[in-house]
Amino acid sequence: MKKTFLRIVTVALILSLIGGVFAGCQKTPGETTTTKAPAADGDKTLLIGGIGPITGEAATYGNAVKNGAQLAINEINANGGVNGMTLKLQYEDDQHDAVKAVNAYNTLKDAKVKLLMGTVTSKPCEAVVEETKADNMFQLTASASSVKSIQYDNAFRICFNDPNQGKASAQYIAENNLATKIAVIYNNSDVYSTGIYETFVAELQAKNITPVTTQTFTDDSSKDFSVAIQKIQESGAELVFLPIYYEAAALILQQASKANLNAKFFGCDGLDGLIDQLGTDVALAEGVMLLTPFAADSQDAKSVAFVTAYKAAYNNETPNQFAADGYDAIYTIKAALEKPA
Amino acid sequence: MSFISYLLNGISLGSIYALIALGYTMVYGIAKMLNFAHGDVIMVGGVIAYTAINSLGLSPYLAVLAAIVTCTVLGITIEKIAYKPLRGASSLTVLITAIGVSYFLQNFVLWQFGSNSKNFPSVVRFPTWQINESLSVDGVTTVTIVTALIIMVALTLFIKKSKPGQAMLALSEDRGAAQLMGVNVNRTVSLTFAIGSALAGVASVLLCSAYPQISYQTGAMPGIKAFVAAVFGGIGSIPGAMIGGVLLGVIENMSKAYISTQMSDAVVFGILILVLLVKPTGILGKKIHEKV
Repeated sequence: MKKTFLRIVTVALILSLIGGVFAGCQKTPGETTTTKAPAADGDKTLLIGGIGPITGEAATYGNAVKNGAQLAINEINANGGVNGMTLKLQYEDDQHDAVKAVNAYNTLKDAKVKLLMGTVTSKPCEAVVEETKADNMFQLTASASSVKSIQYDNAFRICFNDPNQGKASAQYIAENNLATKIAVIYNNSDVYSTGIYETFVAELQAKNITPVTTQTFTDDSSKDFSVAIQKIQESGAELVFLPIYYEAAALILQQASKANLNAKFFGCDGLDGLIDQLGTDVALAEGVMLLTPFAADSQDAKSVAFVTAYKAAYNNETPNQFAADGYDAIYTIKAALEKPA
Repeated sequence: MSFISYLLNGISLGSIYALIALGYTMVYGIAKMLNFAHGDVIMVGGVIAYTAINSLGLSPYLAVLAAIVTCTVLGITIEKIAYKPLRGASSLTVLITAIGVSYFLQNFVLWQFGSNSKNFPSVVRFPTWQINESLSVDGVTTVTIVTALIIMVALTLFIKKSKPGQAMLALSEDRGAAQLMGVNVNRTVSLTFAIGSALAGVASVLLCSAYPQISYQTGAMPGIKAFVAAVFGGIGSIPGAMIGGVLLGVIENMSKAYISTQMSDAVVFGILILVLLVKPTGILGKKIHEKV
């Protein structure tokens, strides 16, 4: 197995991360759901709205959440549904675009959905939460991690938030003495990457560590990292922090290896997918550390069951954390519905 | 020492721009149209090579051949369907059509190939040239520079010496007069597209080998940068594309290294504006006198 090459150090993220795959929601959604849900017009179907990018640059995430959620719904319906109701998911595409996400939300309202599972990515979520707030619609996002995505009391999320990742990374690196000379490469055109970077540096400074060098790139210049790698080499950094997505990270690892850069790499949940991206260069992932709320090769019984069911349902595709978040989101909704008001 | 290393990396980046810019400049110089879909034809070439190697299990050489053939056929098809009916239309109409073709190709590949970027297996097996312990030139870079030089010389000879090349030259100078002298305009333009697209096929394999990823967006940004390189060197001029591409890569890397990584694109485009202010036709561009 190629997977054995990788020693992922999974660092538990504390706060907003719900432990385990099947964890229930800690918060009761409140009256919104309990009053609206049983009022489903005559028939015994509860229509859940979903929004996420199924096409476009972030399509991987939107499709993963959709697949994970649909898998959970199929399982629940096969086991008799919730409170005598069967669940149904209507999933609309937002192409990771705020305007399209609001349009998708309006389509779902026309279809009379009772609650919203979405959106998948942060920027659209920040726009949609304004609408659901106005409508007092219950909203649960599986994976939007920016702080503002759930800024109102009608909205909740399954995953962690961005500042937590930067803070947890800095704490983990400092407490385990992984390195004192730390370099950072981040995408300064991306809200996710910048958010993590800022809290990471703030937390490091609280521990009296200053990065020896900080290199940036943008979405438009995310192919050639030769200068950044050379700067890091000259700075003598022992560890490179990568709060970025796996596509750029794979290129950084490949180019760093060519330049004989001798440093450890540490990243956040965006590195999920790195192994597949590296393809035949998978050995480069050896020793890379990353934060993740879900690891598909975890031996935990519930994770194994989820991964097996997911692979069986979707062409033997390995689920990523977004699929797990989508799956959890539906079970969280189920748990909330079953809890007496 | 680090300066030389930045320089070498800049040349390596620039050689890719140069290779793509050759295709841009060729089509612009002769057909007088900006083929904005050029970057996306490159992307399709990369997808074909990826599929040939990964799904069909072909050898890298056959994959390169498949990419070149597919790109050529695609280029001719696009020209026949989208550009040829607009032969008499204003250049703005054709430009917008080219942008349309570019989006069509991206979305078609997105639909068929998915949105995930895939790891592209390197097809270039050429040893790294180790100058000393800290300086080295990657095998892909050597192959790219040599390929770009060969293409540059071959294109120049083809246009100067061969009969179809002469027809292209005539067309680029005065399309109406060329037609009156018996040059088959349609066939010559189609041939130009075929050659430009074949070059895209070559560029696709080298681009994806240098930065081993392939997705539906692979061609977009290199396409724009290469277009800038072509304008920088003097659009329409074949050696100009080569010089413009390499210079662009070097300037980009130097500004990243010595000014700021965040400012590198601003510096690159700032220099472009300066060059065009001083020399509006680019470094090697010819000044065309309009006769009244």
